[in-house]
Amino acid sequence: MSTEYTAARTSIRTALILTLFASLFTAAMALTYRYTKPAIDTAVAEVKRKLIAEVLAPESYDNALLDDVVTVLAPAELGIDEGSLVYRARKRGEPVALIVEARAPDGYGGGIDLIVAVGADGRLTGVRATAHKETPGLGDYVDPRKDPNKTRPWINQFVGRGLTGSDTSGWKVRKDGGDFDARAGATISARAVIAATARALAWADANQHRLFDAKTGERITAAANAGAKP
Amino acid sequence: MSAFSKDTWINGLWKQNPGLVQLLGLCPILAVSTTMVNAVSLGIATIVVMALANLSVATLRNFIPYEIRIPVFILIIASLVTVVDLLFNAYLHELYLVLGIFIPLIVTNCIVLARIEAFAAKNDPLVSTFDGIAQGVGLLLVLAVLGTMRELIGAGTLFGGIDLIIEGASAIKVLGTDYPGFLIAILPPGAFFALGCLIAAFNWINSRATARKHAAPVTPQAPADAVPES
Repeated sequence: MSTEYTAARTSIRTALILTLFASLFTAAMALTYRYTKPAIDTAVAEVKRKLIAEVLAPESYDNALLDDVVTVLAPAELGIDEGSLVYRARKRGEPVALIVEARAPDGYGGGIDLIVAVGADGRLTGVRATAHKETPGLGDYVDPRKDPNKTRPWINQFVGRGLTGSDTSGWKVRKDGGDFDARAGATISARAVIAATARALAWADANQHRLFDAKTGERITAAANAGAKP
Repeated sequence: MSAFSKDTWINGLWKQNPGLVQLLGLCPILAVSTTMVNAVSLGIATIVVMALANLSVATLRNFIPYEIRIPVFILIIASLVTVVDLLFNAYLHELYLVLGIFIPLIVTNCIVLARIEAFAAKNDPLVSTFDGIAQGVGLLLVLAVLGTMRELIGAGTLFGGIDLIIEGASAIKVLGTDYPGFLIAILPPGAFFALGCLIAAFNWINSRATARKHAAPVTPQAPADAVPES
């Protein structure tokens, strides 16, 4: 017999066929990846642009905001272990606002990712929840897309607010003696967002100059700042 | 069996419906059917994957050694899902963000592998493609009905999230703007309740049809292919 189906022969033959299939279909994936890459990049940037437009009016700045970014390595106030991106809005070179990524660690369904836009005057221009696992129809009103109140979404309460010194006593839900409304039966989500926003705001305020002066693309460590938090 | 045979469609849509009879691919069925738009979108993605996977396997079936058919099948499915995933990411980006992990999870949807193993590996490409489409449409219908039920009961709306596909379109508030919502329909247990009701209704219709057939004087025709009757 010329064709012996020995173990070695069979395994080599099978391995070759499997490799052939793997190469063929990997090529198909690689081609699709290359072909769709520009469209995906555009889509991702577009989503980011839309989101930022919700917290900061596009006409208030004139720099390429999405490129004017620094990475801040894990300050405790922002709650993101892998580091936060901070976008810097400027108009004619003058600071307008900082857009800071933050995370509320204590939402009802785990972390709530936020972007917090802090004007150069220390007042919030907007806050948005970008990712969360709050209960649908109950705690998810912190995300204005899910908020049944479309005319006055809950999260718009932050607009125009600032801190007086380091006083965060009003930064609580009304039930706890603060200034913020919260939906009955779902105060945990609101508490988490309010506290995280207050921390991010205080941090951005205290580090404003350092953040605006940093070079584009720079990675800043969180420590070594003067009077960031009491 | 020809490509346009009625049996392919009767099996896919009713007799061997993947969602109601074969009960394969329950993970996406239960997880994504919170709204009709989500459900139908994932259904369409599944149809595309099933049609392409069946077509590829049926075309290559003579080159796939029997012993390693499962790895090759999985390789083919995984590549095609990656391609579909990239295409969704590029051209339907917001929907892609909503469906999230469930597009990649089509790889593990047993119904795809089941149809390849049971059908595409033994039939010619054209028939197999149609079988994939028919089974996919069967799954899509179940997904659509479940999504509609859960969205209507849970949120009181229809077409919620349609703005992810058609810009400017908005959900129809069927049960009025002050409908308080019925949370459990949207949470995972609601998916089981809804699917249970759907299967019960399906079995009820089937048993009535059988009863009527027995009552009728004409002799019932034997089914063309062997289908395990319940």
